[in-house]
Amino acid sequence: MSATPVLALRGVSKRFGAVQALTDVELEVHAGEVVALVGDNGAGKSTLVKTIAGVHPIDEGVIEWEGRAVQVNRPNDAQGLGIATVYQDLALCDNIDVVGNLYLGRELRKRGVLDEVEMERRSRDLLDQLSIRIPSVRIPIASLSGGQRQVVAIARSMLGEPKLVILDEPTAALGVEQTAQVLDLVERLRERGHAVILISHNMADVKAVADKVAVLRLGRNNGVFDVASTSQEEIISAITGATDNAVTRRAARSTKEVQK
Amino acid sequence: MSLDKTSTPPEDHTPQDAVVENPEAAAGTVTAVDPRLLVREQGFAGYLTEFKRKMKAGDLGSVPVIIGLAVIWIIFQSLNSNFLTAGNLSDISVDMVGTGMIAVGIVFVLLLGEIDLSVGSVSGVAGASYAVLTVTHGMSAWLALVLSILVGTVAGALHGFFFAKIGVPAFAVTLAGLLFWNGFMLQILGDSGTINLDDQGLVAKLTSYYFSDVAAAYGLALVATVLFFLSSYFGNRRREAAGVPSRPLSETILRTVLLAIVSFAAAAVYNQYKGLPLAVVIFLAMLVITDFALRRTAYGRKVFALGGSVEASRRAGININMVRISVFAISGTFAAIGGLMMASKIAAANQGAGSGDLLMNAIAAAVIGGTSLFGGRGRTWNALLGVLVIVSIQYGLALEGIASPVQYMITGGVLLATVVIDAITRKTQKTAGRA
Repeated sequence: MSATPVLALRGVSKRFGAVQALTDVELEVHAGEVVALVGDNGAGKSTLVKTIAGVHPIDEGVIEWEGRAVQVNRPNDAQGLGIATVYQDLALCDNIDVVGNLYLGRELRKRGVLDEVEMERRSRDLLDQLSIRIPSVRIPIASLSGGQRQVVAIARSMLGEPKLVILDEPTAALGVEQTAQVLDLVERLRERGHAVILISHNMADVKAVADKVAVLRLGRNNGVFDVASTSQEEIISAITGATDNAVTRRAARSTKEVQK
Repeated sequence: MSLDKTSTPPEDHTPQDAVVENPEAAAGTVTAVDPRLLVREQGFAGYLTEFKRKMKAGDLGSVPVIIGLAVIWIIFQSLNSNFLTAGNLSDISVDMVGTGMIAVGIVFVLLLGEIDLSVGSVSGVAGASYAVLTVTHGMSAWLALVLSILVGTVAGALHGFFFAKIGVPAFAVTLAGLLFWNGFMLQILGDSGTINLDDQGLVAKLTSYYFSDVAAAYGLALVATVLFFLSSYFGNRRREAAGVPSRPLSETILRTVLLAIVSFAAAAVYNQYKGLPLAVVIFLAMLVITDFALRRTAYGRKVFALGGSVEASRRAGININMVRISVFAISGTFAAIGGLMMASKIAAANQGAGSGDLLMNAIAAAVIGGTSLFGGRGRTWNALLGVLVIVSIQYGLALEGIASPVQYMITGGVLLATVVIDAITRKTQKTAGRA
């Protein structure tokens, strides 16, 4: 792992009117590292991701990209740096085939005409490299399952060879088998040396693929944990913010009942 | 899991298929040919399997409309043996060009999932503009022709502007356009109401000129067949060289032979009558150009993308407003070309132009031909098939001496049957995981 993080946030703050969405948030992601970003609803995960992706410019603080401070004010800035974001709604065109979706908006052309052969060849290469298995690259997205659509959306983000990939809840609404496919893909991204930020509510997924877990609570950092050496309970108590809360009370109740 | 299981040929099942729901994750190794249904076997047998699978899955394409057209022709031929004569077929094909051109524009708009109700009125404006410019103001025919078509382009772009930039629903904008442009046409025609065109003039020639030389029709058929074969053949060679799946040579040959049969049969029919009609040549050229633009250029891909998902298009960096405005401009342009064709047919511009059932016929033609009303699916060739059905019905009933009330009811019935087939195939496609 390199010493300089690919992306580092230093004291990032963001306000929306009267709401302080993010306060002094710190985050570091290295190449070949999967950082899970967890937190309860309203903790600021989505806002943080959107500041990195250039949707919301930050109010205070510094975004460092490979060690130097950069301005990320528009989505194009983020893309230019090499940040790819896969949002929860995948935004694929159902009526267009896999190749067309992968290259949508950046079609390869040869003398002004779409170069379908080259796009298809490169799509197959890319999907092979990521070990993504879909029935054919020439079937419309409508024919694919939810998990297959998710991997196509992730593969689409890989076309620009990004250094950092942000995945927003990639396994939400997926079945067991499909979740496994997506997690496999996340591991492959890490093997290829991409830095990955993974937003998830699912602790099992986080434990399965993440190297580090960054917890956000009420717009502030609430600890960064090493996944291998941290228990799920510790992470959950960091998410909920205290030892006395609904989750611990419930846990305590159930132990009492067991004792009875 | 929406993968199509039902139509899987049994022999394509691997053991994994039987055990797990989602074989691609379980079968860890990467193989060149995926063992499942959607990858076609090489060779002609594979093509047949693919075709049967598509039919079962409700991926009917143009098949229903071609069958429907055959049924319509057989019925009218059995009622009146004059129906399938060279003269009648030739007249049908010339008469359909006006509505067909308008339907081509409608296909573009339907691909976005929108509708353009103004095309009838805009077509009337184009005919009237040409008549006023040439007859009343004595402008040169070519200049007047270009200006009249541009009037349609501008009108369409204006509708597109209000739809894309202001956010008014296309239905409402083009309904306003329907009224406005009809009024505009009546205004420029003035008190006289009808302006007759020079029967030897440029626009009159559009539908009255025939290439009487026998070689013209056969030559066009030959050129089309050879070009089709060469482009398919070399396209497949390139795909093979790049190592991506290609069509077997047998399929290319089959398609070429089918095209050759249709085009030489049409050429033979034309040559028995007055020869190859200029209007049909222009129509076919427009279909080839628009089909190419939609399926082989980045612009066409944007149109399909917008019909599939506006949000996905926006995120992909597509200039949505530009595509929307341009599509309505194209619709207006083809409406104008269609209007000139219809003015040419009667060699006059009159107050009735662009009204009546023209708008509905143009939309019906696009839909009957197989363009989806919900956006994102369709080809401009659909306009040809659809308009052929509609005009065939009109001519067949006219030969029987059946009046227009019955014609309307029958055309309405055909349109209903088409959308019913469309709805049913969409359902079948959903259950088969293809929609």
